Formats: sequence, structure tokens, C-alpha cells
Amino acid sequence: MLNYIIRRLIGIIPLLFGITIISFAIIHLAPGEPTTQQEFMTPRISSDTRARLARLYDLDKPLHIQYWHWLKRFICLDFGRSLADGRRVIDKILERIPVTLTINILALVLILSVSIPIGVISASKSGSLFDKTSTILVFIGFALPSFWIALLLMQLFSVKLGWLPISGIKSLDFEYLSWSGKLLDLIHHLILPVFVSSIGGLAGFSRYIRQNMLEVLSQPYITAAKAKGLSRHQVLYRHAFPNALLPLVTILGLSVPGLLGGSVIFESIFALPGIGELFYRAVMMRDYNLIMAEVVLGAILTMLGNLTADIAYAYVDPRIRYGDGSR
Amino acid sequence: MKVSLIIGILIILILSVVAIFAPLICPYEPSAIDQDSLLMSPSSKHLMGTDTLGRDLLTRILYGGRISLSIGIIAVGIATVIGIILGSIAGFYGRWIDSLIMRFVDLMLCFPTFFLILAVVAILGPSIFNIMVIIGLTSWMGTARLIRAEILSLKEREFILAARAYGASPLRIILRHLIPNSIGPVLVSAILGIAHAVLIESGLSFLGLGVQPPIPSWGNILIEAKSTLGIAWWLALYPGLFILITILGFNLAGEGLRQKYE
Repeated sequence: MLNYIIRRLIGIIPLLFGITIISFAIIHLAPGEPTTQQEFMTPRISSDTRARLARLYDLDKPLHIQYWHWLKRFICLDFGRSLADGRRVIDKILERIPVTLTINILALVLILSVSIPIGVISASKSGSLFDKTSTILVFIGFALPSFWIALLLMQLFSVKLGWLPISGIKSLDFEYLSWSGKLLDLIHHLILPVFVSSIGGLAGFSRYIRQNMLEVLSQPYITAAKAKGLSRHQVLYRHAFPNALLPLVTILGLSVPGLLGGSVIFESIFALPGIGELFYRAVMMRDYNLIMAEVVLGAILTMLGNLTADIAYAYVDPRIRYGDGSR
Repeated sequence: MKVSLIIGILIILILSVVAIFAPLICPYEPSAIDQDSLLMSPSSKHLMGTDTLGRDLLTRILYGGRISLSIGIIAVGIATVIGIILGSIAGFYGRWIDSLIMRFVDLMLCFPTFFLILAVVAILGPSIFNIMVIIGLTSWMGTARLIRAEILSLKEREFILAARAYGASPLRIILRHLIPNSIGPVLVSAILGIAHAVLIESGLSFLGLGVQPPIPSWGNILIEAKSTLGIAWWLALYPGLFILITILGFNLAGEGLRQKYE
């Protein structure tokens, strides 16, 4: 096991390099130089100041030296300052993480607790009315644009019925509420975002679990279990179910990029102060330092997601770690 | 699953015909402003109502469909070409070329696609051309993996050995024998890819970072729906319904075709 982990850890080093090189290349796609914006704001800049600015940003050095300096700062998590308000980029990102994390964890709990039963039941009653209905719902769930369903639900629950707040994470009088009042207020604000961000996952996971379950049910050991005279319930839940859930570990790790991308859309619709909304603002204001920091961190997070998924999978399924390790 | 293929193809056909012939079907111009009839609810005159500038919503949706569908199709076209080229080179030549290309695929898959697309849009600016290219450049990896796997298994088959024995050049073997025989799964992934590209484009346009008004696209019509929430339900309902049906159509067709190939 340790061997496997070490092998995988060594494998990510070139990926890390690749991620930083691609990100660095993207910054250099930008027309003009990072100083253009600063110069634009102070039009009467002298050529002397311009040269000093260029030196500050290493623009007078060849590209590979620039990359090297950028990488050194990057390893110390120094992404420079936001062009919007001059605060350190890393601080702006760190303070946004709790909101995004909370929503995604809640969404994940909702997704797993709904999609596992749906997937298992549709597979065990393959071809039944339940299976057919859930398949149709899954197809619709795949096709639903999250921002559209968000608009419709806001229209219904926030504007028409007035049951739920339309946006934001807390009410104006949040500071004056009691402890339980605060919690209730947060829950109130999170219902729509959590539901909206779960739809895609609900569809995906239900279908995935159904397929896994069907695959497992066709294995010889299930036939053996049936032949042994085990009850249907025992075959399904003792023998098939745990094996069908194994690959779920991988899918959880692989869903990181989708979750990050999705957070941009629904956090900006619901005006939630998470990293997605921060990214959206950064893009609108062309805050390059912030954009690059989020792209690089997003990529590293995705990579770590894949890595954890692989290691977790190797842990639960010994065939992987004793295999050739090419996975 | 045969049913889903037929329904999917029908949806795609109807949408394409309606989008292509939009100028003949629509009695209005997509950008014709009519201050006297702004925010009218659906009626016999305006089947899906009008927007805040009195423009006919159905007309804008149909014209928007031309934009959204062409972006989806062209972006997937770009992605498929890149995927086929890199995937077949990797599969055919193997060894270090293969590992180089596949590591590059792994690397590209590390970036959250939507983050990457938004970052490049922020730098290059939103335009129809940029969006097509950016979506294309960030979604070829699946196709590359698919075609590589297909070619790896085809490469050792007798008819390829025969072609080699005849002295056919590598390029000829790839173009004439390997790619045509592995096109099935690629076609499936391309059809599913169009659905994905339409979704990305509408998301981008909804955020104001995709197709820019006054050019209509399904995503940017919904921006107005956000500011008229509670006043004009039709502005929120219909454009999204078209996105939903389009994606449903391509997904059904893609899945149906996949079942057929398997």
C-alpha cells in the first residue's frame, strides 16, 4: 500500500509542473502587460517609473526567469495582490472557502442519500415502472441548466410564495439573532442553493449506481449466492450493494472540477460569498492575479481529488495495488 | 433504447430546421424594438410574449438557437478534430509519443474546464469566435482517449497487418483504415459533446461572459429574466425550456447510438 502511495505521489510531480507551466502560459496570452492597467489608471506615468514597474514585475527578464520567480513565489502561496482592492489574493481566497465547502458538503449528503436508494432500487427492479420513471427523470436532470432551474425556483419560492430569501447567505439582521436564529437563517438561505447544486449530481450518481449495481448483479458470485438459497434481500444488500459502491470512491474524487465550475454559476446567481463568486468577480474585473491563483489552485485540487480517489480505491480494492499500477 | 435514438434525432432535426429557417418563420426581426408592446405576456400576436424592449421573445429564441447551436457544433468539431489527431498519433506510434500525449491529456483534465474557459475569456474577451475556439480547445481530451483505445485494439488486427504488409504508409493506415473503423464511439462522444457545449455556452452567456447582446443566445436572454423576476415569467421559462429540450435531444440521440454500437 505504502509503495503504491509513494509511486502515485512521485507521479504527480510532473503534473504539478505542467499545471504551473500552462497557467503561466495563459497569463502571457493577455494582451499588453500586467502593468498596463496600473499605467492606465495613472496616465502621466514617466518612462522611468514604467521601467521600475517592469522591474517590479520581472518584465525586463527573459521568460524562463520570469517563470522561475513566479514559481518560487507560488510555492510560498504568494499570488500577489488583488488588482481590485490591493488585498493579498491568498487571504481573499481563504476567507471564501467555508461557504463553498459547506454548500458542496451539504449537496453531497443530499446527493448520496437520494441517489443511492434510487440507483439500487432501479437496478434491482430493472425494467419496472420505478426504473423507467427514474431513468426519464435522470435524463431530464442531466439536461437541466442549473441557472435556469435556479431562476424558476427563485420565481416560485422567493417571489411568488415568499417562503425563501432570494439571495445572499444571511439576512440583514443576522448579527442581532440568537444562536439558533442564526442557524435557522443560514439554513433558510442555503435550501435553494444546495438543492440547485445537487441536481446534476443526483442524476449522475443515480445512473452510475444503477449501472454498477446491474453489472455486479450479472457476476457469477451473485448467481452463486442465489443458488446457495440466500434471500433476495441478502443477495442484494449483503453481496451486491457493497461491491457496487466501490467505484463510487473514484467518482467522488473525479467530481471536484465539476463542483468548482458549477459553484461559479450558482454562487453568482444566489450572491453567495464563496470561491466561485469570487472567481466570477475576478473575471468581470480582469483581476489577473486572482484569476490565475484560482485556476492553479483549482487544478491542484482536482489533481489531489484524483489522487485521493485512486488511493482510496486501491485501499478498498486490493486488486489495484497489487496490479501493475498503471492506473 | 431504439425509441430514445429516434426521439433524440427528431428533436435535433426539428430544432435545426427551425433554427435554419428562422428568418422565414418569424414575422418579427430579432432586434426590432417596439416600445408600445414591452413586457407583454404570451398572446396570439406574440406567442411567447415580449422582453423589456418589446422584442418578440419567440423570434429571439429562434435566432438565439442559430447562435447557440452553431457554437455547440463548431466547438465540438474543433474538439473532435484535435482529439482524433492526437489520439490516433498516440495510439498508432505508441512508446514515448504515446506517453507524452497521454500525460498532456491527464494534465488538461486537471483543470476545472469552466475555470479555464472563464480565465481565457477574461483575457481574450468574450466573442462568438473566441467562445467556440475556447470550448473546442478545452474539450478534446475524452475523444483523444477514446480513439487511442480503439486504435490500440485495432492495430494488431489482421487487416491492419495486411495493409502494412502491402507497404501502406502510416498516414494511409491511420486515415484509411484505423480512423474509419473507430469512428463509432467518437460520433457518440461528439453528439454528447454538443449537448455539453450548448450548456457551457448558455452558462457563459448567462454570466454575461459569452455571446454579447444585442446578439441573442439562449443564455443571454435569461439575463433579462433575472432582472424581471416576478414580473415576466415567460422570459425565464421559454429560453431555458429550449436549452433543456436541445440537451435532452442530443443526450438521447447520443445514448441511443451508444447502445446501438455496443
